[in-house]
Amino acid sequence: MEFLWAFIIGGALCVIGQLMMDLTGYKFTGAHVLVTFVCAGAVISALGLYQPLVNLAGAGATVPLSGFGHLLAQGAINGVNQKGLLGAFSGGVSSAAVGITAAVVFGYLAALIFKPRG
Amino acid sequence: MSKSIVSESQKQEYAKIATHFRPRPRLWRNIFWAFIVGGLICLIGQFILHFFLDKGMDVNTAGAATSAVLIFVATFLTGIGVYDEVSRFAGAGGIVPITGFANSMVAPAMEYRAEGLIFGVGHRLFTVAGPVLVWGIVTAWAIGILYYFFR
Amino acid sequence: MAAPKKIGLQTVYFQTPPVIIAAASIVGPMEGEGPLSKYFDKILSDTYYGEKTWEKAEQRLMQDAMKKALQKANLQEKDIDFILAGDLLNQIVTSCYTARAMSIPFLGLYGACSTLYEGMAIGSMLIDGGFADRVMVAVSSHYSTAERQYRFPTELGVQRPMTAQWTVTGAGAALLAREGSGPVITHATIGRVIDMGEGDPQDMGAAMAPAAADTIKRHFLDTGRSPDHYDLIITGDLGAYGKILAEKLMNQNGYEVSERYTDCGILIFSGSQDVHAGGSGCACSAVVTCGYLLEQLKSKKYKRIIGIGTGALLSPCSIQQGETIPGIGHAVVFEAR
Repeated sequence: MEFLWAFIIGGALCVIGQLMMDLTGYKFTGAHVLVTFVCAGAVISALGLYQPLVNLAGAGATVPLSGFGHLLAQGAINGVNQKGLLGAFSGGVSSAAVGITAAVVFGYLAALIFKPRG
Repeated sequence: MSKSIVSESQKQEYAKIATHFRPRPRLWRNIFWAFIVGGLICLIGQFILHFFLDKGMDVNTAGAATSAVLIFVATFLTGIGVYDEVSRFAGAGGIVPITGFANSMVAPAMEYRAEGLIFGVGHRLFTVAGPVLVWGIVTAWAIGILYYFFR
Repeated sequence: MAAPKKIGLQTVYFQTPPVIIAAASIVGPMEGEGPLSKYFDKILSDTYYGEKTWEKAEQRLMQDAMKKALQKANLQEKDIDFILAGDLLNQIVTSCYTARAMSIPFLGLYGACSTLYEGMAIGSMLIDGGFADRVMVAVSSHYSTAERQYRFPTELGVQRPMTAQWTVTGAGAALLAREGSGPVITHATIGRVIDMGEGDPQDMGAAMAPAAADTIKRHFLDTGRSPDHYDLIITGDLGAYGKILAEKLMNQNGYEVSERYTDCGILIFSGSQDVHAGGSGCACSAVVTCGYLLEQLKSKKYKRIIGIGTGALLSPCSIQQGETIPGIGHAVVFEAR
């Protein structure tokens, strides 16, 4: 069942992104969509509304970039719980560290190996 | 600022004509494929997640490992020139998942390799990822600060 | 005293019409799959053209187009008085770097995608003014160099709206001369920069259409001619939607052009090539003109053509700062001889 929800919720989140682009006549680019998803995901997560979605849909909620925002927000909140004010500075990035480092490292290596095809 | 030789009323009249003839985006087609492709990427993510959970990882570790695998695959597909076709076809279905985020880092890095490793790759890697990280980190930080004072 | 070779407000005519003694066109693989493929001198199999970067490939494209034109006219570099060249890249580097390999005096031009027509107008003035015997006009554009400068890296996944156009990879060169055989240039109408407030860089046809319509209207007013004077009226790279708008504006001005009017950006690709609204870029009007149109004039299929090179004079910076897109159109009249 969780697999079906992963498909539906993941697809639905992408449709929201698609509408952002189509309904603004593409003035909203992919970069705008990604930024909006991260911020919206973080805010919704802070309000306690994103975790239920993750419980329901698993990767359907964590794979879209709003899940990245969720990760950052929960990291900041947990950081504050553990280390106080300093945790707000360390928690977010450390919880998202795997994703950030993977993207930077793989991206760097790909740039060395591959040539754009145009 | 220099003004245009065209008057405001001429501009408005032209804007009306231009809007009238401008083709509408193929909305239902775009929505359909964004849903299918985006859903499929998340479904694949779900399979990977379960693979790691079955290996005995806890939820957070398995989630991070899933992201790493998806990013790796997206990087590879960008490298061989496939991922841009996915997003060109499926729009947000290819952009919104974390694979789209990976594509947004790899594509400019590859493209600007010819400008060197520092200002080419090092700088351009963050063309799209930079704004995403800045906004994400600032938002998370603000949430942490608010949480500290109002929890 | 009024300038003796100027008529009306924006048009010049040439007493001894300069002759296009040779022209060459080279295109990329995608353009080679289009409906005009048999008119091009060379079709690349790979957009890198054997070079390390696309920028170098574009330089080689332009250089080869110039060499091909010289070869067709059986002339040497020393026989040419000036090169007038331009392209889309910052500081028109393709033209400058190509010119460094030619020992011909060089004048760089920028008119965005209208550059070939700008060059032909100025080149004709140089020749008819008695300042040159032979002038080379050359332009180039490359999908991948233009895309990364104006829009996004090529491997970035981006969905293109229906109004987006595809930058043509290619180069065109034309040799104008005081004497010789071939089609001639009789008039040129220099366009005004028109900005109707369109600001979408993914819809440049809408930004350029008013400039094209303005120049055509001016041409008819200055010369006293009407659309039926020409066998073909052709704009540079308005694309499918820009063409509709330009036609609409011409109709509003009282000029019925429908069946004799078309656009290079529509001709160069076929509908099945997924280029949305059509081709654009300096090379779009250049390869269609140097390849297809001049051939039609030579075979006398068309006797008189007015071509309007169109350009969108934007930069990525101006767009990010919320500026609208100024457009320009330069008209050149070709006649079969």
